[in-house]
Amino acid sequence: MKIATRSLEILGAWMLALIWVLPLLYAVWTAFHAPAYATHFDLTAPLTLQNFVNAWEAAPFARYFLNTTILVSLILVVQFVLCTPAAFAFARMNFPGRDVVFGLVLLQLMIMPDVLLVGNYRSMAQLGLVDSILAIALPYLGSAFGIFLLRQIFRSVPQELDDAARLEGSSLLGRLWRVYVPLARPTYIAYGLVSISYHWNNFLWPLVITNSVSTRPLTVGLAVFASTDQGIDWSIITASTLMTSAPLLVAFLLFQRQFVQSFMRAGIR
Amino acid sequence: MMHRRTLLAASAASLAAPSILRAQTVKKLSFYYPIAVGGPIPAIIDGYCKDFQAETGIEVTPVYAGNYGETLTKAVTAIKGGNGPQMAVLLAAEMHSLQDMDILVSLDEIGLDAAGKAWMAGFYPAFLANSRAEGKVWSVPFQRSTAVMYYNKAAFAEAGLDPEAFPKTWAQLQAAATKLTKRDASGRVTRWGIKMAGDTGNAQWTFGALANQVQHVLMNEAGTETYFNHPKAIEALSFWRGLASEAKAAPEGVSNWPQLSPDFLEGNAAIIQHTTGNLTNVKANAKFPFGVAGLPGKDGPRTVVGGGNLYFFKSASPAERAAALQFARFVSQPARAADWSIKTGYIATRPEAYETKALKDYVAGFPAADVARGFLPVAVGELSTFENQRVYTALTNNVQACLNGTKTPAAAMADTQAEADRILKPYKKA
Amino acid sequence: MLKRETWQAWALILPAVILLVAFTHWPAITTVLDSLYTTPKGSRPPRFVGLDNYAALWDDPVFWTALRNNAVYAFATIPASVVLALLMALAVNTALPGRPLVRMAYFTPTMLPMIAVANIWLFFFTPDYGLFDRILAVFGGGRHNWLGDAATALPSMIAVAVWKEAGFFMIFYLAALQAMPPDLQEASNLEGASRWYFFRRVTLPLLMPTTLFVLVNAVINAFRLVDHVVVMTHGGPNNATTLLLYYIYEMGFRFWDTAMAATLTVVLLALLGTLAWLQFGVLGKRVHYR
Repeated sequence: MKIATRSLEILGAWMLALIWVLPLLYAVWTAFHAPAYATHFDLTAPLTLQNFVNAWEAAPFARYFLNTTILVSLILVVQFVLCTPAAFAFARMNFPGRDVVFGLVLLQLMIMPDVLLVGNYRSMAQLGLVDSILAIALPYLGSAFGIFLLRQIFRSVPQELDDAARLEGSSLLGRLWRVYVPLARPTYIAYGLVSISYHWNNFLWPLVITNSVSTRPLTVGLAVFASTDQGIDWSIITASTLMTSAPLLVAFLLFQRQFVQSFMRAGIR
Repeated sequence: MMHRRTLLAASAASLAAPSILRAQTVKKLSFYYPIAVGGPIPAIIDGYCKDFQAETGIEVTPVYAGNYGETLTKAVTAIKGGNGPQMAVLLAAEMHSLQDMDILVSLDEIGLDAAGKAWMAGFYPAFLANSRAEGKVWSVPFQRSTAVMYYNKAAFAEAGLDPEAFPKTWAQLQAAATKLTKRDASGRVTRWGIKMAGDTGNAQWTFGALANQVQHVLMNEAGTETYFNHPKAIEALSFWRGLASEAKAAPEGVSNWPQLSPDFLEGNAAIIQHTTGNLTNVKANAKFPFGVAGLPGKDGPRTVVGGGNLYFFKSASPAERAAALQFARFVSQPARAADWSIKTGYIATRPEAYETKALKDYVAGFPAADVARGFLPVAVGELSTFENQRVYTALTNNVQACLNGTKTPAAAMADTQAEADRILKPYKKA
Repeated sequence: MLKRETWQAWALILPAVILLVAFTHWPAITTVLDSLYTTPKGSRPPRFVGLDNYAALWDDPVFWTALRNNAVYAFATIPASVVLALLMALAVNTALPGRPLVRMAYFTPTMLPMIAVANIWLFFFTPDYGLFDRILAVFGGGRHNWLGDAATALPSMIAVAVWKEAGFFMIFYLAALQAMPPDLQEASNLEGASRWYFFRRVTLPLLMPTTLFVLVNAVINAFRLVDHVVVMTHGGPNNATTLLLYYIYEMGFRFWDTAMAATLTVVLLALLGTLAWLQFGVLGKRVHYR
């Protein structure tokens, strides 16, 4: 009885996994076969890399990759640099207005910049930043999520460690750098993963704010590329899909244990 | 004020002057262009821009911004944001809306001399149908097409129909589509007789053709009034709906434009209504003999033109506007228009292109390429009003409701009219 | 004379807070103001109209459709993705054969851009020869025009959203499960408690903070995730898949009616604000949370 239940559970888990990975399987199948096999599944069909060649040549993917890489790194670095001191102040310092300001910060957890397309577009137009990578990044640089997470972990750092460093004559920033940041490493990794996958895949705001090849991230480039007046071509679309998501997929494959562990230790649970 | 006038006059004069002179004032133009996937089009456009630079020293940078709807969104948003292009290829039917936004500059204002006027007169009249308003010319035909039927000749032969005689009337089309619809033993359809696009961005085009097929005009020339709630418009929608609900020769619900080509190439649809711009794609990928035919009509063939025109924007300097116009003339030269038509399947916008040897030879070897041109005399312009996208949306929603069987054709048209009246109210002259 | 700690603290928070306010609070305020004016058009400047835009919105049937769709979308995607995420986490937290593969499979949707997979789903939903229709055909099922039929279009969008989200939420549950002390399980095994009893009385309460966190994210995504609508249906057929944010996008960037787009945004902000208050205020108090 018990074994039967367990087998059923395992079967269920596997079925679910199969459904979940199906789009990826289809993408792999279609991308490596000639267009004629996009809707016909024949195990003897010859393999080809032509779809990747076609996709690569049909749109400036190299440039899109560069744009996305710049965008994602810019956001990640600035988020770390800005959120760390802010989170520290909210976690360990007493100052008038702290709770009010922290409340205002937390508001962004619910009201994300994505919703404020119209208002932010106007701000960018006034700043003369429309169609720039900076404009895609700006609304996300001050991140409530980052401040919130880091504040949580900083608060769990034993006060004695901080005091010891103070006695040794460490400055405020010195203590932050030498005591708090190292202890918060898992949080940085977990938050970094969330931030990277979010902005690598973000679409609507970049779509609105970019116009040209030199600023478009991969997602927008892909959408422009796939929107079709002649008819949808799944071979080339799946090839470009695999190309654009390959870096993230490979990274997760290699580091999936570390990711889960950092989430665990980061206290995001 | 005086200053601007002189500049304008100077730029108008410069249109006739040697290109070297102008190259000193304008070096760069940016140009939004709606592009389809995978096709060869970006390379062709890039080539024209290079040729233009070689000839004039002006660098034209094309920005490929997605399909028509997306390119319109991007171009207008960019212009409103203050860093828009000097010119763009946008749906010809957007003229009234773009004009209403006060972002266009007319060709008359840029300056057309006698030669320029003669040049404008050299386009097919059907392609200029969506270019004139308030006595001015607002756009230059470029990437133009008509709706045509692609049909599977093998399926025709299999169904006992003459592959060389495509239906000319609605009754014939419905009968043929019924015969072409194939079911397996369980009653499941393995091939549909006909598919027409009813999705957002395309429903209004399909419907525009159908309305013309009962010889009904959907709007006034000023783009301020629409005539959806008319027995003929209802008849047009009834025919569309009837292909699924009565003849069972088309699938229930809405068929999407991007899927029509795969459906056709897959053998899942025997007839699709699509653009001439798809010809090269179908030719390259069809594994069966296929035909191209003009659209039928209630009593005889009638169709609608489609595609994009070149627009020029107010935000450009007079010199830039003149350079943009020069580019428009450059790409419409007979040899280039012929080359464009051969490579893409779009119709060359000027009769003189069909006099070139290249196009004559091509058409002789591939007669399907010349089918659409024969239907230009029975083609009308697209549905085009103020607040065009909103009127399109109102029409599309109601057409979709009708195709889904939740509204009768009469109710759908009445609702569309009511919605369009509400949208266009501010534009009606008292 | 400010205390040293005060100005130090402000110096530390100011860069982040300024950016945050400039691109969250400020646009929220200008949006509210914009909603009280008409859309500027050509040479016509915006005109103050008070609450007229809200009245117009009240009379706009598409708005109500979008609101209803979004409610359905939220009520379907939130529980479905959270429950699935929990089940997935429980599954890969046991000694499952092929565990890394299964975990990887669950997590792939998070790594694939929605915009790209939407095109793949488009194939799955293709009538007649698409994947789903073929699978159904094997079981004698008929043809489904999944995205072209108003009755199935929104459920299809919901399925895609759940698929996209569940794996992401799973990671949070998984991290929480792995951090639970193993002696709890051992103790309950000794006492002979049933698995279900243990799950209900021990695991689930311990997972409450995670559930709150995941719930907040799920609620946000129910109003934020419209990428697949942009690619797959454009809100059709007949607005069957129009969600609030998609309608805002359409209003603001297809019709360029910035005033109505702002009005819609205010409604969405009010909605999100209320939900935040409910979650943190009411639910939050019942959760043991640091």
